[in-house]
Amino acid sequence: MGMTITEKILAEHCGQKEVRPGQLINARLDLCLANDITAPIAIDEFEKAGAAKVFDREKIALVPDHFTPNKDIKSAEQAAQLRRFARKHQIKYYFEVGEMGVEHALLPEQGIVLPGDCIIGADSHTCTYGALGAFSTGVGSTDVAAGMITGEAWFKVPEQMKFNYKGKLSKWVGGKDLILFTIGKIGVDGALYRTMNFTGPVIQSLPMEDRLALCNMAIEAGGKNGIIEPDEITEEYVHLRARHAYKFFKSDTDAKYVESYDWNVTNMEPQVAFPHLPSNVHPVSKASDITIDQVFIGSCTNGRLSDLRLAASILKGNSVAKFVRCIVIPATQLVYRQAMEEGLIAIFLDAGCAVCTPTCGPCLGGHMGILAAGERCVATSNRNFVGRMGHVKSEIYLANAAVAAASAITGRITHPEEVAK
Amino acid sequence: MKFKGKAFKYGDNVNTDEIIPARYLNSSDPEWLAAHCMEDIDADFVKAKKKGDIIAARKNFGCGSSREHAPIAIKAAGISCVIADTFARIFYRNAINIGLPIIECPKAAADIEAGDAVEVDLAKGSIKNQRSGHTFKFEPMPPFAQEIIAAGGLMKYVMNKMKKEAKK
Repeated sequence: MGMTITEKILAEHCGQKEVRPGQLINARLDLCLANDITAPIAIDEFEKAGAAKVFDREKIALVPDHFTPNKDIKSAEQAAQLRRFARKHQIKYYFEVGEMGVEHALLPEQGIVLPGDCIIGADSHTCTYGALGAFSTGVGSTDVAAGMITGEAWFKVPEQMKFNYKGKLSKWVGGKDLILFTIGKIGVDGALYRTMNFTGPVIQSLPMEDRLALCNMAIEAGGKNGIIEPDEITEEYVHLRARHAYKFFKSDTDAKYVESYDWNVTNMEPQVAFPHLPSNVHPVSKASDITIDQVFIGSCTNGRLSDLRLAASILKGNSVAKFVRCIVIPATQLVYRQAMEEGLIAIFLDAGCAVCTPTCGPCLGGHMGILAAGERCVATSNRNFVGRMGHVKSEIYLANAAVAAASAITGRITHPEEVAK
Repeated sequence: MKFKGKAFKYGDNVNTDEIIPARYLNSSDPEWLAAHCMEDIDADFVKAKKKGDIIAARKNFGCGSSREHAPIAIKAAGISCVIADTFARIFYRNAINIGLPIIECPKAAADIEAGDAVEVDLAKGSIKNQRSGHTFKFEPMPPFAQEIIAAGGLMKYVMNKMKKEAKK
């Protein structure tokens, strides 16, 4: 019987010919990741265990991105702990403020996560790297502490689900809309403990940055990982940036799936997730009477160059509505620089947007755009839970960057078509 | 292990932002986290909880972020165990790794109401609700997870294993 790409990667990393769903394995890791919120607990556990050194200084990434540049003394202490550890153990992939970015935008961009890798990260959106054809999943800090010592992690081989997308995507519709649509159909636990295999002609022609946005939110359906078979688009993205050898795995045609979905997405509108769950999804045309106070364009979901290009194409020559704040946060230093060189930053500033240095910031209610009671925000990020971006009586609407930009201009949730020239 | 306590009851999809809001994640001190546990969905929780109390909830408890601060906050708040229909997978892993007992038992999770006195016997795999008089059986955790808990958490399990391998 055949195996899926996830099963093949896991089999290779635990030294077995094949693995099956439900099997418990110890897999060799190509990368352990943690950030300024999750690394402190991992470092405490590492030190409490009396460990003297990390298993491989080149297979650990520490990215202080959540509350940085530090918002208060406590978060500065956490970042300082990360820095001390990185210096002591000579961690190769430590990124200081000024070179860092939102981790799940940064690591693919820098060629540190690659096809065929087996990756854990103490951050739930670690599932993003499935877009490259890697097995990558979010874990807790203690898992990362153990991983940093042993270079291994325990996994239960997940059951496999298949999502097949056919048809042609409309203008203004991309990876974010596909994943919101999917979560809307299956719910926030629709893929609990399982792998989401994203396939079909729509995925095969989907640009890499859209694939990253799509896989980023697999966790929002409860998935253990989301994954896309690597192809020419993958090769084009990774071949110049790869920092280590990589390998393409493909699912066998007779691989087994516990559930399969087949959707024709032709004529699908941009999707919006209403408060307070990512599964509360409606087409944007059903949201057009909802007024807003803030727009956030950024995050590990949609803070990449293609997102900023999309937003700028709509904001160009327009102004952000009176009494609305539009906060744009390029996800990495490189995205920031490219946006500047392409003139996108000037367009944002001309339109009346605030443009900030890379950080997760407002996505998790950290800083740089916290909401007051009763305020509504259109965000390109990934979670709209109660209180996620501020006051428990604030509301978050999740959408793609084009919808976010269009909404900033009108002050209500808006289909990009309405304002595009 | 046996527990007896009063139940706090929640619904589906209790997420980690509700268990411990991100604005408190600028510290990982368990006491600090416990002092803010559940405050956005249940402002009374912190005042009302007593050592040994239990949390009962429905589907997908602990969904959202990977923050280990969530099970740490619950454990440090003195909660003896969480009973739910299902748990989000990272929360499930984290709870095992830090030694917070969690039980998947949809029937008990449905039966338990806020304020019920509940008895749990982890070894026997039974839950008794004193109010309703019902007793529920649950599947014990997988043996691998039990080994981790018996060792006192993932770190001790890993260090024991490494010591054994070093002797070989």
